[in-house]
Amino acid sequence: MNWINNIVRPKIQRILNPKRETPDNLWVKCPESGQMIYHKDLEANQFVVPGSDYHMRMTAKARLGFFFDDGKYEAITLPEVASDPLKFRDEKRYTDRLKDARSKTDMQDAILAATGTLDGLDVVAAVQDFSFMGGSLGMAAGEAIITAMRTAVRRKTPFVMFAASGGARMQEGIMSLMQMPRTTVAVQDLRDAGLPYIVVLTHPTTGGVTASYAMLGDVHIAEPGALIGFAGPRVIEQTIREKLPEGFQRSEYLLEHGMVDIVVHRHRLRETLSRICSMLMSKRMKKVAMTDGPDEGADEALDTADTPGLEAEQDALRRNEGDDADAAAAGPDENAAADEQPSPSSAS
Amino acid sequence: MRTYLDFEKPIAELESRVAELRALTAEDEAVSLTDEISRLEAKTNDALQRTYANLGPWQKTQVARHPERPHAQDYIDALIEEFVPLAGDRHFAEDHAIVGGLGRFRDRPVMVIGHEKGSDTESRLKHNFGMARPEGYRKAIRLMELADRFSLPVISIVDTAGAYPGIGAEERGQSEAIARSIDCCLALEVPIVAAVVGEGGSGGAVAIATANSVIMLEHSIYTVASPEAAASILWHDSARARDAATNMKITAQDLMEFGIIDIIVPEPLGGAHRDTAITIAATGEALGEALEAFDGMAGKDIRRHRRRKFLEMGEKV
Repeated sequence: MNWINNIVRPKIQRILNPKRETPDNLWVKCPESGQMIYHKDLEANQFVVPGSDYHMRMTAKARLGFFFDDGKYEAITLPEVASDPLKFRDEKRYTDRLKDARSKTDMQDAILAATGTLDGLDVVAAVQDFSFMGGSLGMAAGEAIITAMRTAVRRKTPFVMFAASGGARMQEGIMSLMQMPRTTVAVQDLRDAGLPYIVVLTHPTTGGVTASYAMLGDVHIAEPGALIGFAGPRVIEQTIREKLPEGFQRSEYLLEHGMVDIVVHRHRLRETLSRICSMLMSKRMKKVAMTDGPDEGADEALDTADTPGLEAEQDALRRNEGDDADAAAAGPDENAAADEQPSPSSAS
Repeated sequence: MRTYLDFEKPIAELESRVAELRALTAEDEAVSLTDEISRLEAKTNDALQRTYANLGPWQKTQVARHPERPHAQDYIDALIEEFVPLAGDRHFAEDHAIVGGLGRFRDRPVMVIGHEKGSDTESRLKHNFGMARPEGYRKAIRLMELADRFSLPVISIVDTAGAYPGIGAEERGQSEAIARSIDCCLALEVPIVAAVVGEGGSGGAVAIATANSVIMLEHSIYTVASPEAAASILWHDSARARDAATNMKITAQDLMEFGIIDIIVPEPLGGAHRDTAITIAATGEALGEALEAFDGMAGKDIRRHRRRKFLEMGEKV
């Protein structure tokens, strides 16, 4: 009866559980040294090739797992957006490309975001996954970043962005380009709320992503050897018609040119992020300790601010008077001001 | 000599015929070809009407790039009085791809910034064809911040194929400069109104087009990447730019439908380059109206209006 165990059961399991798991026997080749590494060993080493120290790309899920304390985190529910606003097709329909990417990666779009702790400190993080259509920035990714950043504002935590992207998602045209200013609005919310925004630039981060939120961090950390730039090397070569110098647009080059603060080996990334976040949050933590817990008042204010009726907003703009009207229509920038004053709940 | 676009061949033939006949009449007073000339002119007009009423996205791209189309400096010369050009980013260099300065627009002191493409070989080289380097965006930031401190509205004339992709530009942080410029636009407590008068190309455009009000000329385009760049990304073949232009929804009319822009300024028959004075005056009219809408609004509310405008984008698609 062994055939039932050996053939039928796996087949049934495949039908019941169609999700493809990473095969255990997978060998991975290091793109730099050509060395073959057992997948499990690579994963255990945070996808850094032992020996060559090459930093391989990793999935957003793996990244979140390595980042948060004990690998525990709570995923942030990301809003749905209009899919395929342009009804776009190149060789394939965009909707088909999305379907393929979704089944390949088991993600809805290029970004995962989560809340959790880093050495005990509450943090919010978002990760861009290059395997989902090159980590490209479209409406879904833009909305995900805004949602994640605003979650950090609401929870008064630092925000860590792991960027990896080829740039804007061509298939969404202008809607994709508009994610540059849109995400920048959310970066300003973090800034106005006095919360640290740390960007970790991973391989590769280029185009509209570097030309917006990924270059607006309070601190820029780059993983070794990551390609980081505005125009891709191919485009530059075509424009200037010459070969690019060795190491051009790599992390170490950006460090030399003052565009990133520090290049950090993946094994020391957590520790570095933890140090930065805890030091930048030290004053705020003292305040919270003194006033006993986060204040709920500000939370509510942000909730209303997120979804005001357009009419209410315009009314407030027209009237341009009174604190009440302002609070109802406030962007989170007004909550930054609210932070400065003790709210009823924290004062009691 | 007017530059004709490839799809304007029939128009070019008609107009050269008219010119010939006019030359004949001028030579010999006895010959009267008035009837023939007016018949041909009516035909030309007809052809222009038909062609320009049905321009496809790729044709619009060509019109938007027409070498005789008015550029930022033409708008400044015609619309801005007492113009004082301001130069330099105070860090590295003066980038002629972005021009800017103080001036009076309809009696109101304003700050003007804009991409300048140049109008002949020499000036095109000087202005790097309107493709700015980081110092250009950093100059724009400096001028916008100056405007903010002295409560002057900002007028932005957008016309670029995109930010310059070169070694030096990357070295000096092209992406950071663009990001900061968007950031700066969003922080202003004075109104910023932008007019896309030709090409609104990618991040290089949005860097100074993150405005309270965005105007587009009828045949201008605004894109996530130039059709050539998009084609090279999507099909690995920049020759398929026409396909990319067609698929990407880049025309003023498309963007109006998506709620990305606020006003379309009609162009004279045959495109802006056929009557630059009318085009510029109409654009000035639209800019003036757009600015007036913010008169008396508090700085905080002006900033909030801009933030909200961008946050709401995408809700209607």
